[in-house]
Amino acid sequence: MEITLKVNEVQHTLDVEPRTLLVHLIRENLNLTGTHIGCDTTTCGACTILLDGKSVKSCTILAVQANGKSVRTIESVAGADGHLHPLQEGFKDNHGLHCGFCTPGMIMRSIELLENNPNPTEEEIRWGISGNLCRCTGYNNIVKAIEYASAKNRGVEPASTEPQFV
Amino acid sequence: MIAQSFQYASPGTLAEAISMLDKYGEDAKVLSGGHSLIPMMKLRFANPEWLIDINGIPNLAHIKEEGGVIKIGALTREAEIEHSDLLKKYFPIFADVTKLIADPQVRNRGTVGGNLAHGDAANDHPAVMLALNATIVATGSNGERSIAIDEFFHGFYMTALEHGEILTEIQIPEPPAGTGSAYHKLERKVGDYATAGVAVQLTLDSKGVCTAAGFGLTNVNPVPLRASRSEKALVGKSITDETIAEAAKYASEDCSPSSDLRGSEEYKRAMVAVLVKRMIHKAVERISK
Repeated sequence: MEITLKVNEVQHTLDVEPRTLLVHLIRENLNLTGTHIGCDTTTCGACTILLDGKSVKSCTILAVQANGKSVRTIESVAGADGHLHPLQEGFKDNHGLHCGFCTPGMIMRSIELLENNPNPTEEEIRWGISGNLCRCTGYNNIVKAIEYASAKNRGVEPASTEPQFV
Repeated sequence: MIAQSFQYASPGTLAEAISMLDKYGEDAKVLSGGHSLIPMMKLRFANPEWLIDINGIPNLAHIKEEGGVIKIGALTREAEIEHSDLLKKYFPIFADVTKLIADPQVRNRGTVGGNLAHGDAANDHPAVMLALNATIVATGSNGERSIAIDEFFHGFYMTALEHGEILTEIQIPEPPAGTGSAYHKLERKVGDYATAGVAVQLTLDSKGVCTAAGFGLTNVNPVPLRASRSEKALVGKSITDETIAEAAKYASEDCSPSSDLRGSEEYKRAMVAVLVKRMIHKAVERISK
């Protein structure tokens, strides 16, 4: 079945089987391998992308369902000149990642979280990323990374980036 | 995991979708949010030959008030229910329940109609709709028909929906003044099904006498269960420690949970009693606000 969709502002027309998952289209047809497949069961959130601006798990959406829609993946987050997005900067400076497998999903989810709630409390951040699993960090530094990005987006000096050991 | 091959159609109107369902019969499944169906297809528990995607059909995603009835379109996403001011005004229970349904990404896709039409006693909206005395509207080639929520759930994954019918709207009577509602489920972790869940809606008159009560239970019975004896234990009475204890006892006796990895039957019955008590308190607290 022929579908047309926009991925990171680039229009693509592809012929896909209806059973192709969106994450496979992204990774295998478009070679955008920043979007990860973790659990493949809608649990871990590593495959999170934005579909028409909403964070969704691309392992549980068919590629044909994205026909006519706009997809955004981690590859679009940094500036064209390599300048990091506040969330990427936050994860880097706050040790918000160890192995990095969950990070693309965490960041794509956090983009929508901060759009809907520019100044979330710690509890709101923890609920906000409750669909994303990290097996390395214990989450504290991920929460700090999102707080950092929230502050930076709002033009507030982010809190100290010293890593937090609990 | 990849599903078995199937044909996909994305009709632009309800009439077109219904005619496709009529044409393909039992070989077709309706795709709404897809967060129950697609995982089942990936595991090959479900192998439909046709998938009829209703996401492109207009006028199925609304939350509105009409003539004393709150109408929720079947395609309304859980995230929209979570943030609806109209629902917050009348039914605080929806903020409780949506926060506990899966996670934010799933709530961006999952729909209230799909949650009900799936016919799974482990889903959360069935218990809520029992407590709120909702009516399900189904549309087929003969037009619309209304199904009382008590007639809707027939068995494991079985509902009153006929082949060729699509669940299109949920209608809930606007509650009278003095009404409060609450839901909680005990879950081991985010995204898990309930160990036990309880939905309550209560109406009290100015003297504190209960004039209406609705109780729905999640995942402690083969079908979503109305705790009728708990309702009768409160209606016409004041909410006291004794009447609350009675309602809790009846709900824990009348459900039929199975022992599984989430807990023993005995534990689940005990949790139903605890949750009934807590949800009554929470609903009453909300009335007094």
